[in-house]
Amino acid sequence: MTDEELMRIVQETLVSVAPDLEGETFDPDATFRDQFEIDSMDYLNFIVGLSKRTGLEIPESAYPDLQTPAEVVRWLRGHRAEA
Amino acid sequence: MTPFTMPSLGADMDAGTLVEWTRRPGDPVRRGDVVAVVETQKGAIEIEVFHDGTLGRTLVAPGEKVPVGTVLAEILGPGEPMPAEASQSPAPAAAAEPGHAPEPPPAEAPPATRVEPAAAPPAPAAPTPAPSAAGRVVATPAARRRAGEAGIDLAAVPPGPGGVIGLAEVEAVAGRPPSAPAGGETPREARRGGPDLSGMRKAIAAALARSHREIPPYWGSRTIDVTDLYAWLERRNAERPVAERILFAAPLIRAVARALKESPGLNGHLAEDGFRPAEAVHLGIGTALRGGGLVAPALHDADRLDVAGVMAALSDLVPRARAGRLRSSEMTDATATLSSLGEDTSDSLMPLIYPPQVAIVGCGGPVRRPWVVDGEIVVRRVMTVTVGGDHRVSDGRLADRFLARLETVIKEPDAP
Repeated sequence: MTDEELMRIVQETLVSVAPDLEGETFDPDATFRDQFEIDSMDYLNFIVGLSKRTGLEIPESAYPDLQTPAEVVRWLRGHRAEA
Repeated sequence: MTPFTMPSLGADMDAGTLVEWTRRPGDPVRRGDVVAVVETQKGAIEIEVFHDGTLGRTLVAPGEKVPVGTVLAEILGPGEPMPAEASQSPAPAAAAEPGHAPEPPPAEAPPATRVEPAAAPPAPAAPTPAPSAAGRVVATPAARRRAGEAGIDLAAVPPGPGGVIGLAEVEAVAGRPPSAPAGGETPREARRGGPDLSGMRKAIAAALARSHREIPPYWGSRTIDVTDLYAWLERRNAERPVAERILFAAPLIRAVARALKESPGLNGHLAEDGFRPAEAVHLGIGTALRGGGLVAPALHDADRLDVAGVMAALSDLVPRARAGRLRSSEMTDATATLSSLGEDTSDSLMPLIYPPQVAIVGCGGPVRRPWVVDGEIVVRRVMTVTVGGDHRVSDGRLADRFLARLETVIKEPDAP
């Protein structure tokens, strides 16, 4: 899966938990919180959605490395390769 | 027959627009069932019935705006015959002459419905805002909300890539001093469901101006060591799949609710006839909306749920608050409110009570600080909790007792 496809998964998952972000432009390097006012509840739902969508178990200890869209894409690429 | 009326969903609400009937005349209904959706300044609210029975005639048609207290429909009791004309709903006469004056409740009506009948005769229904005509701007939902909140006319916002106005484009305009007085109407979100943020700001202003005007408050605060609770949370979440993880808010809500249960002077409503302490703890959860705005829906029976139950209720409540799909009971039942800022935010806050409630609990962000434990200075994670109480009902001493109790129960997330 290419990085573009992974980025699309990230965007679709985020919009599914925060539907009012439909159509927003994503800055890959800005944190979810800074660009979209994502709080802990949205974030947890995002991680749940991402886990479902990719089949990957995402530990809580990984959260600090998953704060921007680009970081999530990188993490998914690495862990899909392992799986 | 029991009249089903337009409820008051906040201290400041005087009218609401019926969006749709979710049940049809003749349908059986049970207490708590959603039978209608009403558009308010805090979004589209699902209106529940308070009685078991059958939905009789509906007297107000979708699109009509009617004052609080207006009879929307009739709820028929067991065995009551359906009026003959009930199958054609709404009755043409009702559509032509909207806004029926509230009738005095029949003798057998249960006491204490929570609506105040409108004193003045109802005004004719205002037309609902029509969707904008052709040539409307293309903007994302979040951008529309932000523009509404800031009073920006989207037509004046230069679009971004692809001709779409996003949050960034609105922020660019919002950050500039206005070149001219904001003329014309603030664009009203035509999309059903999303909260109307400029209206919401007015609702917040009305409720909190009343709070500031009428309530003589006191505040008490205490900084509580939550290190062990964080450790408990991390252990618990580490061994569970992502869908079963819980947020710090869940044990916090439960602990606040348990401490409130033992502080009756902080949990209830102040009405015309005095303070009514509440039996249950329905904790209002202060929820910020993207782009601005705030709503504090009730999480019912927060003191009786375990941590997983609180988390499940919270996961259901918060997204609906954001989407503007709350139920009427959630708008009116809160017996006290919790405002929790979350991590990386202010150390403490001094929240204002939301009338007719008599207390509010504000939690600053949990932070690592040097702390004295057993005579030694160590690094601990601490959180400053402030409780605001209403001097017409209680004194600061009660805040002290509440905070001491909270400090104990917050260390017992698994207590039955």
